[in-house]
Amino acid sequence: MRAYKPKDNVQAKAYYTDRYYVAPQVPKSDVSEDKVFAADLEAIKAKFEVKEAYIQVEQMVIYINAHDIYGVLELMRDELEYTQLSELSAIDWLAKSNQFEIFYQMLSMTKRKRVRVKYFIENGQAVDSVEKLFRSADWAEREMYDMFGIEANGHPFMKRILMPYDWQGHPLLKSYPLEGDEFAAWYEVDKIYGKEARDIIGPELRDTARVDRYDSERFARLGFEVPKGTEITGDEERHVESYQEEDGVFLIKKLDKESSKVIDDPQR
Amino acid sequence: MAQVKNRLTPFFENITFERDDNELILNFGPQHPSAHGQLRLMLHLQQEQIVKAHPDVGYLHRGMEKMAENMIYNEFMPTTDRMDYIASSSNNYGFALAVEKLIGLEVPRRAKVIRMMLLEINRLMSHLFWLATTALDIGAMTIFLYAFREREYLMDIIEGYCGARLTHAAIRIGGVPLDIQDSFLQQLRVFLNKLPQNIKDYEDLLDSNRIWLMRMEEVGVISTDMALSWGCTGPMLRASGVAWDIRKEEPYELYDEVEFNVPYSDKGDNFARYRIYMEEMRESAKILYQCIEMYEKCVKDGQTELMAHAPKYISAPKLDIMTQNYSLMQHFVLVTQGMRPPVGEVYVATESPKGELGFYINSQGGPYPYRLKLRAPSFWHTGILTDLLPGHYIPDVVSIIGTTNIVFGEVDR
Amino acid sequence: MAQHKVNYTQDGGLPVALTSIDKIVNWGRSNSLWAMTYGLACCGIEMMAAGASRYDFDRFGTIFRASPRQSDVMIVAGTLTKKHSEFIKRLYDQMTEPRWVISMGSCANTGGMFNTYATVQGVDRIIPVDLYLPGCAPRPETLQYGVMLLQKKIRANKAGRAQKAKRLM
Repeated sequence: MRAYKPKDNVQAKAYYTDRYYVAPQVPKSDVSEDKVFAADLEAIKAKFEVKEAYIQVEQMVIYINAHDIYGVLELMRDELEYTQLSELSAIDWLAKSNQFEIFYQMLSMTKRKRVRVKYFIENGQAVDSVEKLFRSADWAEREMYDMFGIEANGHPFMKRILMPYDWQGHPLLKSYPLEGDEFAAWYEVDKIYGKEARDIIGPELRDTARVDRYDSERFARLGFEVPKGTEITGDEERHVESYQEEDGVFLIKKLDKESSKVIDDPQR
Repeated sequence: MAQVKNRLTPFFENITFERDDNELILNFGPQHPSAHGQLRLMLHLQQEQIVKAHPDVGYLHRGMEKMAENMIYNEFMPTTDRMDYIASSSNNYGFALAVEKLIGLEVPRRAKVIRMMLLEINRLMSHLFWLATTALDIGAMTIFLYAFREREYLMDIIEGYCGARLTHAAIRIGGVPLDIQDSFLQQLRVFLNKLPQNIKDYEDLLDSNRIWLMRMEEVGVISTDMALSWGCTGPMLRASGVAWDIRKEEPYELYDEVEFNVPYSDKGDNFARYRIYMEEMRESAKILYQCIEMYEKCVKDGQTELMAHAPKYISAPKLDIMTQNYSLMQHFVLVTQGMRPPVGEVYVATESPKGELGFYINSQGGPYPYRLKLRAPSFWHTGILTDLLPGHYIPDVVSIIGTTNIVFGEVDR
Repeated sequence: MAQHKVNYTQDGGLPVALTSIDKIVNWGRSNSLWAMTYGLACCGIEMMAAGASRYDFDRFGTIFRASPRQSDVMIVAGTLTKKHSEFIKRLYDQMTEPRWVISMGSCANTGGMFNTYATVQGVDRIIPVDLYLPGCAPRPETLQYGVMLLQKKIRANKAGRAQKAKRLM
């Protein structure tokens, strides 16, 4: 019987974990330990609901409600001097709770601080676009849509950015295999030659453990190269490759390797 | 079966090329020699002037973030090489630093100095490459040949260290795998002594060159607001009037111990960016001189450690693995199963030659990252073309793409 | 004083060389292989380095052209992604016969380390390849050696005879 594999997360898994293994935690500290962060958090809390806030690896992480995101980022940009949105993307928690976690990485250049604003959305829910606040969100939200299928409300051009427009599936979902699905496997063949060419071109060779016994013999056989498919007998004659024809080029003097000078020191 | 040529339909079925409003649509790329990679631009033109630009990326999307989710942490290191392949070590370093922050490692001082030297050499390589290609695109072939010559010297040094010219994988999580070779410092000194003259040569050729000035000055002006809003970092932001250098503001490694300036300009045009690249090369040279001193001091003080000591995460030195049973077992587990960082998340930004290179890692305590987001500066620097190109003319496109210094391994990941 | 006059009595005599059509055509073809720059990723940088000052590809007669219609050999340098795959076919179709393809680097050969959904597992799924260069990324020397092998392959052809068009299928 084949081993059962969960379909909602097909990514690589640790094949062995100790029964009593308890994963340690990256330490979280309270926001009150940092004055700048504490003041920022107060300012946000005054207007919006903050579900959770802590400092982890020198950066403040705050969890808010999904519908507040535009307001929070606007407040942070205009009043708290977080002038740059460095990064925006999602994390797939569909297997665990049917949710996506969205994070916005903010940077304040005057305070030299970074804050990560996060919230959860349900599967199928759209996020509010912050493209009006930060132009960088334009591409970031498109990438998020491309990779996760999360749409952004009010985005001017909600189309795929990294994958082709006619692509099917959202690659960074945990349910999407690393090597692609059936559509991905035949994408280029179908597009260029048509479906009937599948038999002629054949499936992709994706077995990383595949060993071709000729590989080690054929690669790096300097001076003993053979055309593809030739049987290697082992008694091929060695040929020294020089960039001229064997018996010299018309009007050009043949290079004499013995009398040419080899430069050892490139820094001469 | 009869011969099948191909099924590709005409390219722009749904776009009317000639319309009543005199607007022409020009396709640029994705295989254009001066697009610095696989950039495709759809330019709406009125006569020669661009009214709308639509950059299309993704032609080099290789699924690195997905790969990271299926790889143990050390296994991912060579993949980071292929992001910004002009300066591989800076990517290695960004990733290594992110994982180190996640597990809370302190790297030995000697390793830090070596890392800094590698980073600065990579910065020089990247800037020289930028100068070469941009000048070539604008038509200054001599600069291309000169700058590549200098870059080859640096590549020799790096090759002596890690064996590879382009894809170094020279930095490990927790330190560096090797000490620098004997000739490293001497070769580096020879290079650094020559560098000011070389930079001066480039400047003599370019700074007062009429063609260069005409194609650079007042072209591609990025205002401060625009740069901030588009998430520009690195030289792009510094040319637009914000003196923000992560090495200076949020120092990592030993950047707080070295002295260097952050060149910036408030002009925001192509020429300002060009000047900043040139000045940064000088600053890198300055840092490298100080690194050489620091390294020699490390040697004098007898600091020989190159990898952090953390048996849970990092293999012991080779000697221990070969002689001690427990180290060998640890090494075996770390290689076959991978290290398991604590549960948590981290975003670490480093100043790569192109700008802010960030790694966001979400670890769930497993040997594979649960989510890894690569924040590559070039992605945003490509995005800004949407707003930057309209109003410019066709020849400006090439010089603007040139000075944004985008690398598509990084844009598309 | 330098003698500019040809000395007909020495060094082979008359300024006439006898050769076969095959040989002279192949001489021309193999010694002026204009390469189409198909720099897709990291290998493209090494390809540029091969054309730059230290490795100096020009002495092979190999000059990089940006246009498929003026080039003889396509050097596919770098990862070919599925999104890009249709363009390589388009550009290959635009090249004039005789044409050759060098697949440079592991990614172009087999997909290399990028065993992912987005990467074509070898350009030979799309266009016929003449020469595979191993390496990630191959050094400029490897590329030059590969071009020398390709020259050798060209010289082995009968140039006078119409060549069978290379087709994938």
